Amino acid sequence: MLSFSVPLGKLVRTLSRLRGGGSAFPGLVVEKIDPGFMQRTLASLPHGVAVVSGTNGKTTTTKMVVELLESQGLRVFTNRTGSNFTRGVAASLLGEVDWRGRLDADIAILELDEAHAVHFVNKVQPRFSLLLNVLRDQLDRFGEIDKTARLLEHIASKTTDTVVLNREDPRVARIANILQAADALHHPNVRYFGLDESLRSTFPNDDDMRTSGSGPSPSGTSVAAAVGEVVDLPAADVVLRRVGAQDADFEFDGRTVSTEMKLRGVYNIFNAAAALSLARAVLGTGPVDTPKLVKALADVAPAFGRGESLTVDGQPLELVLVKNPSGFRLGLKSFPAGGYATMIAINDNYADGRDMSWLWDVEFESLRADGVEVLTGVRAYDMALRLQYDDVPFGAVEPDITAALRLFINGSRGKPKRIFCTYTSMLAIRRELAKITIVEVVS
Amino acid sequence: MTSEAQSTPEAEQSKGRLRILQLYPREMNIYGDWGNALVLKQRIKWHGYTPELLEYNVGDEFPDDVDIVVGGGGQDSGQVVIQDDLQSRADHLRELADAGAPMLVICGLYQLFGKFFKTSAGPVIPGIGILDVETHGTDERLIGNVIMKSTEFGDIMGYENHSGQTTLGPGVEPLGTVTKGAGNNSKDGHEGARYNNVVASYLHGSLLPKNPAIADFLIRTAAERKYGTFVPGAPDDDYARLAREHAARRPR
Repeated sequence: MLSFSVPLGKLVRTLSRLRGGGSAFPGLVVEKIDPGFMQRTLASLPHGVAVVSGTNGKTTTTKMVVELLESQGLRVFTNRTGSNFTRGVAASLLGEVDWRGRLDADIAILELDEAHAVHFVNKVQPRFSLLLNVLRDQLDRFGEIDKTARLLEHIASKTTDTVVLNREDPRVARIANILQAADALHHPNVRYFGLDESLRSTFPNDDDMRTSGSGPSPSGTSVAAAVGEVVDLPAADVVLRRVGAQDADFEFDGRTVSTEMKLRGVYNIFNAAAALSLARAVLGTGPVDTPKLVKALADVAPAFGRGESLTVDGQPLELVLVKNPSGFRLGLKSFPAGGYATMIAINDNYADGRDMSWLWDVEFESLRADGVEVLTGVRAYDMALRLQYDDVPFGAVEPDITAALRLFINGSRGKPKRIFCTYTSMLAIRRELAKITIVEVVS
Repeated sequence: MTSEAQSTPEAEQSKGRLRILQLYPREMNIYGDWGNALVLKQRIKWHGYTPELLEYNVGDEFPDDVDIVVGGGGQDSGQVVIQDDLQSRADHLRELADAGAPMLVICGLYQLFGKFFKTSAGPVIPGIGILDVETHGTDERLIGNVIMKSTEFGDIMGYENHSGQTTLGPGVEPLGTVTKGAGNNSKDGHEGARYNNVVASYLHGSLLPKNPAIADFLIRTAAERKYGTFVPGAPDDDYARLAREHAARRPR
């Protein structure tokens, strides 16, 4: 069995690529003919497996962790295709192993969707896990965010060495208590990444966004109230102390390191603290070349569609992916509207989430002064209705993304542009941009 | 209780002040229920009245002159947090409802305005009995786009996401009959409940932006109760109509 499954799987992979087929199908084939393939291959890695999960920022954070570890000379396997479920991991492995099924890597860093991660960790126990956040996203899949939190608890409980938790997200932070209560002797080590006090108000959590009050309460208090806990923040391994226009300060090992950042958006930079903490956990007590680590952090570019900057007609065009109210609110905060022409593209396909209620938990006042040029996507009229109720002026409402993009680009010549878009509208916009103009990827 | 008064230059010519009370926005507002409060606030303004938006959370002082009550959905854990406080306000809320105060309760507060919510794990959260309905938690989650027919409000559309299944007693009428989606439960095709001027529904989406007829019913009732008449303005509902047309074409 062993000697045939890998060549056969690789053959299927080659054939399905020739046909332009999906990335996960070869994974399905190898799972069927050799169910132990993934476990066996990953078990051979000297540093084991690290899983990155949570609602927001998995793709960019995983990319950061990989680049941080590579800066220290580690050979890293990752599921780059974005197939963030078990079959996708198996398919990615097929692309990387040699014909005898050997993987030339020290560690696997895997981005896994919350629900799929649960199945994955039942098959392959990760040595490390990084749990980013539990936000109101895809409730059409998960029902309640408390349910999403339980999925992350399960990932943590299967982790053998170290779990890295977001100290500022109460639903994630309290996983530490659950691990301790479950098994006081054998629970994994816990470390946190955190935020400076001064930055907390820029990260509203889901429990802080619904009232008409002047601003969010200090992070955590209302969820803490909801789950009946006293807020007493533990010490963090890495703390994000400051975010500037193009640089940031991180504190670890008792000192503060300032670095330039290619990444934009405070949430991306907070996730850099998460990536740094996981990388430090993986590197353990071994030698760490801190200057190289910080250089790698400075050089990380955003993942596909996540705060990418393109050039269209000689002007910058930024794509900001928005998938949930927290993400949209942070996007509006991180990329101020002044001087930019803005378009918003809202689709409600399965990959976006079918439920539109979240648009009502985003405040759009920051767009009021400059207005929004074009609204598009399947739910363009829902977006128009939302802006109407926030007294934000807008121009064309054109559900067809191709037509809308033409209107937007022709109507805002000579101006930098920004598009807030849901996942499937982002894919459509990238496709169309390549057709109607020369798209140059800047970062 | 916090209050956000609207003082606009037009306040001088206002047809009068209307006070909206949002119930438990801290714990019971997870499916864009803020949208319902915002729509009431803006439409009151567009109709020429002056809105005042109040919030009531656990332990707050309950305001005594409220014109419209709106309450949202939350996680099951949020229902547990508010349950004692809600019981302590039960008599007052029931008096208001019996006297004809307009109210909109969505999802979690719809369930707790009924007789009880028996959770799937076993414990029973008592309701305040304004609505003759009972809710049983199930392992089945009813999720997706919903369209229903209502004789009172025309077609109503929104999105549902609940595992509690509600059945109506003789003391209430359904809000509507579902043509797409599940509604109160997976069996009888009814959605929501109507008692006096209380409108209860599982639909978020949010409900009011795309269903201005319901928003205007609540506002009209509030104005008539307070001032004896309602003189409507002319809100621009073109985008609401277009959003409804698009929503109607979306798959479940």
